[in-house]
Amino acid sequence: MAVNMMTAHEVTKKVINKEELFILDVRNPDAFSDWKIEGENFDYLNIPYFELLDGVDEVLDKIPSNKEVLVVCAKEGSSVMVAEMLSDEGLTVSVLQGGMKAWSEHLEPVKVGDLKGGGEVYQFVRIGKGCLSYMVLSDGEAAIIDATRMIDVFIDFAKSKEAKITNVFDTHLHADHISGGRKIAEQTGATYWMPSQDAQEVTFTYTALEGGQEVTIGNTAIDIHALYTPGHTIGSTSFVVDDKFLLTGDILFIDSIGRPDLAGRAEDWGGDLRESLYTRYRELSSELIVLPAHFMIMDELNEDGSVGEKLGVLFKQNHGLNIADETAFRKLVTENLPPQPNAYHEIRETNMGMIDPEEEKQREMEIGPNRCAVR
Amino acid sequence: MDVTKVIDAKGLACPMPIVRTKKAMNDLESGQILEVHATDKGAKSDLSAWAKSGGHELLKDTEENDVLKFWIKKG
Repeated sequence: MAVNMMTAHEVTKKVINKEELFILDVRNPDAFSDWKIEGENFDYLNIPYFELLDGVDEVLDKIPSNKEVLVVCAKEGSSVMVAEMLSDEGLTVSVLQGGMKAWSEHLEPVKVGDLKGGGEVYQFVRIGKGCLSYMVLSDGEAAIIDATRMIDVFIDFAKSKEAKITNVFDTHLHADHISGGRKIAEQTGATYWMPSQDAQEVTFTYTALEGGQEVTIGNTAIDIHALYTPGHTIGSTSFVVDDKFLLTGDILFIDSIGRPDLAGRAEDWGGDLRESLYTRYRELSSELIVLPAHFMIMDELNEDGSVGEKLGVLFKQNHGLNIADETAFRKLVTENLPPQPNAYHEIRETNMGMIDPEEEKQREMEIGPNRCAVR
Repeated sequence: MDVTKVIDAKGLACPMPIVRTKKAMNDLESGQILEVHATDKGAKSDLSAWAKSGGHELLKDTEENDVLKFWIKKG
């Protein structure tokens, strides 16, 4: 029997289409319980590969014969070994090509809407880690917001749309993933924007992003309005694109809100977060479509795989926007917070240009879910 | 430390460091110590989990110049 390779893109399609899949994850139990491939109709069996070196007999009766089986490990090698052993026993199984490393890095571009002047907005869903980046396209120009470090994906995508990347933004200094913004700007000659209050220790030059600024993309004037919304970080900035989309960065998510503690300032920034969520966003049109920089659970994905919802709906449904008591709100955002993202100090330092780890190290730093939210 | 055998698994990707370690361990007597050198970062958590599940004792591990070293006592 054959061992097939399944790409991260193919697995992503199964997540979005809510297909069934049986995942045999052969990483060690700690790694599995920390982070795995999530899917509504996925079933799992976790047995480390090193317990299967003498044979796969013990798992044979635990693998369903009526479901597609995907063997997953960290980098592919161990899952190929296990899959070949299963294949020798007569099973047809697939291996996740590139393992969780590839899963963590896969970006799925999904169109989220058209712009008045004929442009488009794309969301790049980093399905394995829950990061969301954006590209605004108009009249041969492209702006990128919150790019991840897989910069070729963005550069190639802009090329395929025959657009020149002119402006690259980070809504804030990220703590869960390494930004690709600065590198994209260096390679394309685009302007790199980041909020000056998040950039006080950076070692590179950038263009300071301040609330109230407007940047125009393309001749048809797709405007990006910057809106200062501190709370997750002191510089966190939201964008209103074309009076239609609200890019909230890590301040507001679909089913949760940002956490204020990743730079060690939860007490100070809890009040800013409340001000941003309960006052500044309230002044905006409830028709705006919220496009956050993260999702936490697959339930936040729409039918087409995109992540976005009207601001008015979030005001009704998002628990974090419905805590009347200020003390209760402060308590939520400062106490009993989820574990912090893997290597978040080093990631912040990398994004400030203070350290420049090699690619393999960067991969390792980003292992695991994003953990930027509180619910 | 009285090391009985040294395994060089540098440059090998998962699952080879553990495959080699397990093989070498089979030739050792209970109480003897195996020293393993590896460069695959995943080896650290996997070797300690493997040692635990096999009833062996991970005595010590170090990381120097990207080389991970482990000392495992056979159970």
